[in-house]
Amino acid sequence: MTLLMKLFFSFMQVGLFSVGGGYAAIPLIQDQIVNIHGLMTMDEFSDLITIAEMTPGPISINSSTFVGTRLAGVGGAVLCTLGCIIPSFIICLTLAHFYYKYRSFSGVQKVLSALRPAVVALIGSAGISILTLALFDTSLKNIALPDFRPVEFIIFAVCLFLLRKYQEKMSAVKIILGSGIVGTVVYLILGALPL
Amino acid sequence: MKKDLTPKTLWTLFKSMFVLSACTFGGGFVIVSLMKKKFVEELQWLEEDEMLDITAITQSSPGPLPVNASVIIGYRMSGILGSVVAVLGTILPPMVIISLICVFYTQFRENRYISIALQVMRAGVAAVILDVTWNLAKHVWNSRSVFHILLMAVSFLATCFMGIGAMYIILTCLAIGVADAVYEAMKKKGDWNK
Repeated sequence: MTLLMKLFFSFMQVGLFSVGGGYAAIPLIQDQIVNIHGLMTMDEFSDLITIAEMTPGPISINSSTFVGTRLAGVGGAVLCTLGCIIPSFIICLTLAHFYYKYRSFSGVQKVLSALRPAVVALIGSAGISILTLALFDTSLKNIALPDFRPVEFIIFAVCLFLLRKYQEKMSAVKIILGSGIVGTVVYLILGALPL
Repeated sequence: MKKDLTPKTLWTLFKSMFVLSACTFGGGFVIVSLMKKKFVEELQWLEEDEMLDITAITQSSPGPLPVNASVIIGYRMSGILGSVVAVLGTILPPMVIISLICVFYTQFRENRYISIALQVMRAGVAAVILDVTWNLAKHVWNSRSVFHILLMAVSFLATCFMGIGAMYIILTCLAIGVADAVYEAMKKKGDWNK
């Protein structure tokens, strides 16, 4: 299979299986691009998530454009994005058609209620893998205590505290940009100190 | 339901989606509330109840939330052509912005300050994702359904510690959900026969 086809079908699976909003797509993209096809390293992948979070638009569209452009140029970006939206397009069009025809759903709700807890677990697991990368610069399996990064840990703890305390006022962009600025300044000061 | 295929409607559809998508940072729920403001309050194209239903369908369908909402709202206004126009409006801004960043990615990554910033920002991203998880998990916890809490716990252990792929988890839970719905339906039918 050529790279372009591989990308197209990978993102089609991402589009088809990411139920429940943007964050749900993160573990699926990680699976397809890092774990199964090895097209990106976990380092590049977490840059991708950081950039996708900082820019406007849905995370999965941002990610498919990013992965596509990085690996296969503009054509790749278009193919990945198309792959990502074709399943939603077909499914939503069908649902919209039936919705406007019947305007009532009930059995479907039962099925979906079993899917939601799984989606929550997947999002949490994606959060844990980015956290271990931030704190230990490696994956969960390879954690070694001497690699622990205290600066990142403090930033993480403060961010989480702010997010919990000021729910609505703290946007994701503020937190992420803020952590970048504060962290860089801390590292520059630490680097300048005669240790 | 009347379909309006005039260029004016299609253009308004495209323009509204383009602006909303270009200005919305963060999760899909943000854009859905902005869409409600635009299409229900400003343009008065949709009723409020209708928008709530659309949100529910959007959340339960796979794929990016803003794209799903564009497909449905576009279809409602101008049929399949409306869907295409609305989706184009939604995906163009992120595609252009990300492509530009990609062009400069290598210079971007090799810059010492930016690479430090990207490294520490991971801590912020992890905090955001775990905060979202916290809220969602609280929701499942508050449902007091042992079945759903158990599904969540087992799925978490399976992905996080056993490395089982996300797709398998979703397919398994889909099968469990379908089985549950069928069982419920059969039980109801049984009650009817009594």
